[in-house]
Amino acid sequence: MTGTEIARDRKAAVSARALSKTFGQGEFAVTALDSVELDIFENEFFTLLGPSGCGKTTLLRLIAGFELPTHGSIALQGQDITDKPPHRRPINTVFQNYALFPHMTVAENIGFGLRMLGKPAAEIRQTTERMLALVQLEAMAGRRMDQLSGGQQQRVALARALAPAPKVLLLDEPLAALDLKLRKNMQLELKSLQAETGITFVFVTHDQEEALTMSDRIAVMKSGKILQTGTPRDIYDRPTHRFVADFIGDINILEGTLEHTDGDLARVRLKDGTRVSAHLGTASARSGEVSVAIRPENVRLAGAAEAPTLTGVLETIVYFGAATNLHLRLGTGEEIVVRNPGAVDEGRYQPGATIGAVLQPELIRVLE
Amino acid sequence: MSDREAQTALAAAIAQNRRNERLTRAWLLAPALTLILAISILPLAITVVYSFLTPGTYGGVTWEFSTDSYVQFLFQRDIFDDSLVFNSAYVSIFLRSIGLALGATLGALILGFPTAYFIATKPREQRNIWLFLITLPFWTNLLIRTYAMLLIIRDEGLINIMLMKAGIISSPLTILYTDTAVFIGLIYSFLPFMVLPIYASLEKLDFSLVEAGYDLYANRLKVLFHVIVPLAKPGIVAGCILVFIPGLGAYITPELLGGGKKLMIGNMIAMQFGASRNWPFGSAAALILMALVILVLLANALAARKGASRNG
Ligand SMILES: Nc1ncnc2c1ncn2[C@@H]1O[C@H](COP(=O)(O)OP(=O)(O)OP(=O)(O)O)[C@@H](O)[C@H]1O
Ligand SMILES: [Mg+2]
Repeated sequence: MTGTEIARDRKAAVSARALSKTFGQGEFAVTALDSVELDIFENEFFTLLGPSGCGKTTLLRLIAGFELPTHGSIALQGQDITDKPPHRRPINTVFQNYALFPHMTVAENIGFGLRMLGKPAAEIRQTTERMLALVQLEAMAGRRMDQLSGGQQQRVALARALAPAPKVLLLDEPLAALDLKLRKNMQLELKSLQAETGITFVFVTHDQEEALTMSDRIAVMKSGKILQTGTPRDIYDRPTHRFVADFIGDINILEGTLEHTDGDLARVRLKDGTRVSAHLGTASARSGEVSVAIRPENVRLAGAAEAPTLTGVLETIVYFGAATNLHLRLGTGEEIVVRNPGAVDEGRYQPGATIGAVLQPELIRVLE
Repeated sequence: MSDREAQTALAAAIAQNRRNERLTRAWLLAPALTLILAISILPLAITVVYSFLTPGTYGGVTWEFSTDSYVQFLFQRDIFDDSLVFNSAYVSIFLRSIGLALGATLGALILGFPTAYFIATKPREQRNIWLFLITLPFWTNLLIRTYAMLLIIRDEGLINIMLMKAGIISSPLTILYTDTAVFIGLIYSFLPFMVLPIYASLEKLDFSLVEAGYDLYANRLKVLFHVIVPLAKPGIVAGCILVFIPGLGAYITPELLGGGKKLMIGNMIAMQFGASRNWPFGSAAALILMALVILVLLANALAARKGASRNG
């Protein structure tokens, strides 16, 4: 199924068209976003993933309405909201530093949005109680912000943003300040909160593992552009760009020449002369120099009677419990990592030994 | 040396050391203490003593104990039967002064808050220029500045000329020598005391809280009153105190712009040491003013304590 087919199937909660944002002018101009096209669907846990400075926060701030785009438009459920101020957008934000009001109690913080909307007191009280229960902070309703731990503040921020039942919830690295254990807990909680409330979540992170475990779909960003949008499997198994492949998980990248294409399949001659077949995906190349990629877990050690795809000299063995990584140096000077489930026979696999590896042909991809 | 002896020796040494330290501390504190005594406590003590003496005929005091000065503040002695009759003259001067000072405080707040906000939201490198401009008037004597203000608001002054040229009024407004003039003068004199503390608290304000306000459906006005003002409250309170207190005791402004016709406490006190030659009563009035100021500060401290305990 291609992107446009998905789009036809599902209603878009947030869409961005040709969205650009430039800060500063003249020689100091910084293009934080560059012609971004984006559709985030209803009820989706959508993640913006990318390295520091790639424009994730800027995109979120444009959706929230804190910044105006230099070009392009943003729509919420099909309605243009490009020029609407933040307080007229049914979108709430969980800020990276939480931005909780220090002069209010937990309950007052959570009820703030509803109060500003002019809801009746009884409704505010009811919703606040429901939210307190949702984030398990019933006992803390009367506390001030400086009497809460980091994790509790995080929950208040979440409850405060969820209380007015927004159409879309924006979360800018909300877990960055938490320690690892709390972070893992909150990841699960966030995920189940999203499922429970049915609100569209747009989540920002630069942690690829977090993105893979939590998201329905991920957009990988680099220097103000979205390189690839897709499900975690799409992104992991079928990366379209070298950057995406490199950024998420470990990957082997080999150079070669595209000799022949047949539909989605391509025949690539690697530098050492080996021919492999690889999937083209969205790659546009039909000839010439290309890079192909394969995950280490899709490369295995050649059996005794098996013809290896590639052979190389074993350089290092890294054992980490569930698997062992064997780093091979190929004749072409390129390195390839083989991930072997469990430990390997240390007598046979010694650094310096020449070893054969088999690439699973159906999992080799041509990169853009 | 046995352990015991060593311990005793050590204890003695420590005690000696402490004594030395105490002595050093006393010497180090001496200059500051002397200064405080000389410039703060002593004049105050003299004022207290004088307020309980009898006025001398040509000014000064005669050393005769009397509480008349305090009685005089509220009552008038009947010339015929020596009975006390309530006299509202001084109380009303106090009330007028409090009213004017409160009004000036409110005016300075209304002008000062937006000014402070304006400066606090400028880029950091520009803020110092604006702050410099705010403090610029302090480089000139208040007396001179008040005379300048007099030139601006008098009948043929800048304001009237401009309003008449613009055709808004046909005959000059009489501002000078009215309460309005005193009011304008007080705001003008003490505005920087309002702007600076508010700026200090706004400058520390985390702007993401303002964004959180907008994000949670508050419009500009609601963000101002639900987020910005509460967070700037310490600065606002400090500014109000810093304007109200000197405003209450102002002397030059009401003297020049009020024409000395409408007295404020400051002028009334000054008069007792001049034309009225009633030093004890002047002293008593000054102390009553001070008591008033202390009450205001006390109320503020109490409110702050209550706020703090609410915050835990
Ligand atoms: N207000 C601003 N003025 C000027 N440049 C800005 C501004 N905000 C962001 N930028 C620039 O835009 C680019 C994108 O910034 P952005 O904050 O969106 O990155 P990010 O992906 O959120 O990074 P991080 O993971 O570090 O938070 C950066 O180069 C940044 O320096
Ligand atoms: Mg960011």
